[in-house]
Amino acid sequence: MTGVVNWLAQVISITKFGLLSIPQRRGAVAATILGIAGVVAVLVGVLSIATGFRRAMQVSGAPDAAVVLRSGADSEMVSGLSREETRVIADAPGIAHGAEGPLSSAELWVIINLPKRSTGTDVNVPLRGVEANAMKVRDGMKIVQGRMFDLGKNEVIVGTGAAGEFKGLEVGQTLKVGKNEWLVTGMFSADGGVAESEIWTDAHVLQELYRRGDSFQSVYTRLNSPADFQKFKDALTSNPQLSVKVERQSEFYLEQSEAMTKLITTLGVAIAALMALGAVFGCLNTMYSAVAARTREMATLRALGFGRGAILMSLLLESLMLAVAGGALGAAAAYFGFNGLQTSTMNFQTFSQVTFAFRVTIGLLAQGILWAALIGLCGGIFPAVRACRLQIAPALREL
Amino acid sequence: MSQNDVLVRVQGVDKVFRRGSEDISVLRDLTLEVPSGQFLALMGPSGSGKSTLLNLIGGLDQPTHGTVTIAGENIASKSSQQLAAWRARHVGFVFQLYNLLPTLTAERNVELPLLLTSLSRAERQKHVEAALGVVGLKHRTRHYTRQLSGGEQQRVGIARAIVTDPTILLCDEPTGDLDRKAGDEILTLLRALNSQGKTIIMVTHDPHASHAAGRTIYLNKGQISDTMPE
Amino acid sequence: MKFVYLIWSNLMRKKLRTALTLLSVIVAFLLFGFLAAIRQALVGGVEVAGADRLVVRDKVSIINLLPYTYKERMLRIPGVELVAHQTWFGGIYQDPKNFFMQNPVEPEDFMKMHPELKLPAEEMKAWLDTRTGAIVGRKTAERFHWKIGDKIPINTPIWRKPDGSQTWTFDIVGIYDASDKRTDTTPLFFRYDYFDETRPARSKGQVGWYSIRVKDPARAVEVAKAVDAEFENSPNETKTEPEGAFVQGFASALGNITLIVRSILGAVFFTLLLVTGNAMAQAVRERTGELGVLKAIGFTNGQILGMTLAESCLLTMLGGAVGLGLSWMIISQGDPTGGLLPLFVFPVPDLAVGGVIAVALGVVTGIVPAWQAMRLRVADALRRM
Repeated sequence: MTGVVNWLAQVISITKFGLLSIPQRRGAVAATILGIAGVVAVLVGVLSIATGFRRAMQVSGAPDAAVVLRSGADSEMVSGLSREETRVIADAPGIAHGAEGPLSSAELWVIINLPKRSTGTDVNVPLRGVEANAMKVRDGMKIVQGRMFDLGKNEVIVGTGAAGEFKGLEVGQTLKVGKNEWLVTGMFSADGGVAESEIWTDAHVLQELYRRGDSFQSVYTRLNSPADFQKFKDALTSNPQLSVKVERQSEFYLEQSEAMTKLITTLGVAIAALMALGAVFGCLNTMYSAVAARTREMATLRALGFGRGAILMSLLLESLMLAVAGGALGAAAAYFGFNGLQTSTMNFQTFSQVTFAFRVTIGLLAQGILWAALIGLCGGIFPAVRACRLQIAPALREL
Repeated sequence: MSQNDVLVRVQGVDKVFRRGSEDISVLRDLTLEVPSGQFLALMGPSGSGKSTLLNLIGGLDQPTHGTVTIAGENIASKSSQQLAAWRARHVGFVFQLYNLLPTLTAERNVELPLLLTSLSRAERQKHVEAALGVVGLKHRTRHYTRQLSGGEQQRVGIARAIVTDPTILLCDEPTGDLDRKAGDEILTLLRALNSQGKTIIMVTHDPHASHAAGRTIYLNKGQISDTMPE
Repeated sequence: MKFVYLIWSNLMRKKLRTALTLLSVIVAFLLFGFLAAIRQALVGGVEVAGADRLVVRDKVSIINLLPYTYKERMLRIPGVELVAHQTWFGGIYQDPKNFFMQNPVEPEDFMKMHPELKLPAEEMKAWLDTRTGAIVGRKTAERFHWKIGDKIPINTPIWRKPDGSQTWTFDIVGIYDASDKRTDTTPLFFRYDYFDETRPARSKGQVGWYSIRVKDPARAVEVAKAVDAEFENSPNETKTEPEGAFVQGFASALGNITLIVRSILGAVFFTLLLVTGNAMAQAVRERTGELGVLKAIGFTNGQILGMTLAESCLLTMLGGAVGLGLSWMIISQGDPTGGLLPLFVFPVPDLAVGGVIAVALGVVTGIVPAWQAMRLRVADALRRM
């Protein structure tokens, strides 16, 4: 036991010497710490875009809610359901019932052009026509300003995300789209979910103005419980009158965001990996020159009786500490710089804007620190091995 | 220039160094004449200013007052740019610690001063071989300094100093880091160069080394005398 | 030139340190090339947009269709030379992941409108002779190993055929290439007449968007305004803009890609500056004595400054060349995301920018040590040998 304690004491004292010598080589040390900080900041920053985007898409998806589209449609845009079909769907087993009947909302949406506040250029914004139960078949929805639109009128409510990113969506304003005018009666929030990027109105009014006859694109329903999903799905898919695809809302949103999330994550990791490689080289440089500068000192320690292993460990420890310091710096920078930053981008799959916020999670921060530690380890191991392989006598003579 | 014309004329030279807030006077109203072809030894205790005097004669530093005339040119009034060019043409230095570049081979080290001329590669090569031949190192040209002994390194240093056939050779403690045997070889070499007409000024603290020279002067507290101070 | 040997030997002094610094530079420029290609892929469409082409779409929403009758009306507007159209077919080939555009067009008008697409004359003739014929871009053809004569089934949820099925089959009669590497060669184009005959009655006679070629590019904006004025107050109002602006709209919809890319590169090169600058500073510090010797021998201050700068520049330029070269090779392998970035090439102008950055990096990291080296007093330096 005393052997281990003794050894640890050695490691600690050697490491202390090492850290005390930092002021002498502050240039190299600063370069390494900042280099690693940069890697972690970029990694966490870019991945927080993916996390934020994903969250916006997922948060809307309640486990006891389902979405029904025409079979073969991979997005609502290419799906089509007749009124008859939506009625059959609303009558299926497993659906929860409210005071006025089944909790379902047959919906369709179109793309309108609105200028983005940040660039002034026009972008595609979803205008969704919904039925009375629309808010009840999704989680976390509430009106935060003004009131819900009246059915049958040219009135809309706008999501908080949309109101923030696009021009002309203040409560009380009149939105002019083509020949039509819409009164913005209220603003709603959806717990950060994708619905906040949208503008909602009565499905019937939308159908009329956009000459959609009596067709919808999708039906959103609330089930009695998450376990009822299978019953609901089987009833619909085995019905000869229907040709539909039934998914949990959470799965549906996941699918819709897959391509974008994959792209951002792939690119983010690739970029950070390359930067990390560069940081490893920088760290190696620093540690090698540290070892070279302290050759005589380390040989002296060896001559005095400090063990090889202790020297190796202490150098590794030193490298790790520098790296983690850099990682913490980078993580902090990413958190304070990016977390909660509102933005919007175009989702390839739906061709329209999704508003979301950058999200730096504990998981991402941990990932960043882990990468930093790995860099420190890779950058420290070779110099540390070289240090403990020194021949004592020649090293003592070194000037 | 005939053999006994004055080559180096130092007249009324003061050299003052500023250390922190103090002014330290290292040389005071110094006057010295060195005829062409002389092998002069400069001796004196440490701090007496002998290296400083050597630096002034070699154009490595400027006097605070006075003139330094070499081969008729007053170098004390030259700019640092002009001095560099002048040194390249007129001076060869030999240092106590040889001061060779460790990243270059012996022949590349010797070639260095020639890079400042407009000679072609082939011509430079010829001069290098000749210089290394004079110091007796024809067989070690491709070696790096770490592969050479102290004495061999100093010989490379001398080869470098003579390769441009400079007007004057300045040596600062050339045997200071060598054992007696190697040191004697160096002194023999210097004597041989001198017998061929090279003017040499050597700073040394070793009386044995000074016997190789033709004339010895002593420097003490910035003043010159011909006899050893008490 | 004769000094190159001296400069090189200085870099070789501490081989490991030089190697590690070089590797850092290489990685940074590898990233530079990579990010340049990504930026080009996402926002570069603007550069190949036709200066003499306008895009006309429904003012309210891009997904609304425009009447076919607009074509004749637009041809009568002064300044309009040619009108062509395309429509979003939205088909899937086997798997939604195999995404590429398939648009019905009128062959002759379309190919005249897009001279950047190259199709051999006999393949064009075959297209005009085959009602169900389609031409496909080289990239997509290579991706799925299609040859002329293949029959390709495409499934579209939007357009239903009279027999109720949603699978349309096209005959590949030609494969087109693009004269500029930055032009997209993934789309498939088939005949509008076949499309219009086969689709449901209530959707006949409508197209997705028009392209207009103007006689004089300088008057493009004027003509655009005239087109929109023509259709004002009609059931389908139009929005007409130059092709570049249209593409730019998509790019900015993605977000400020250029800003993000430049920020990341800024962070990367800043740290590289620190790493390389530090290595250079150390290297020069170690050589104080030697620099003194060189000065004693007669090297001028200017020469010392020049050699030190040359040393740092040599390092950064070598690293830059290798890094850019490597990224070029990797990028030539094509799109790493499998379909999401159809235009993945190394943008040549960025190569020049990379070269300039390499030189600038060498100068900035070398200047302070070089200056200090130059200012060394010889006598002091010699003492520190």
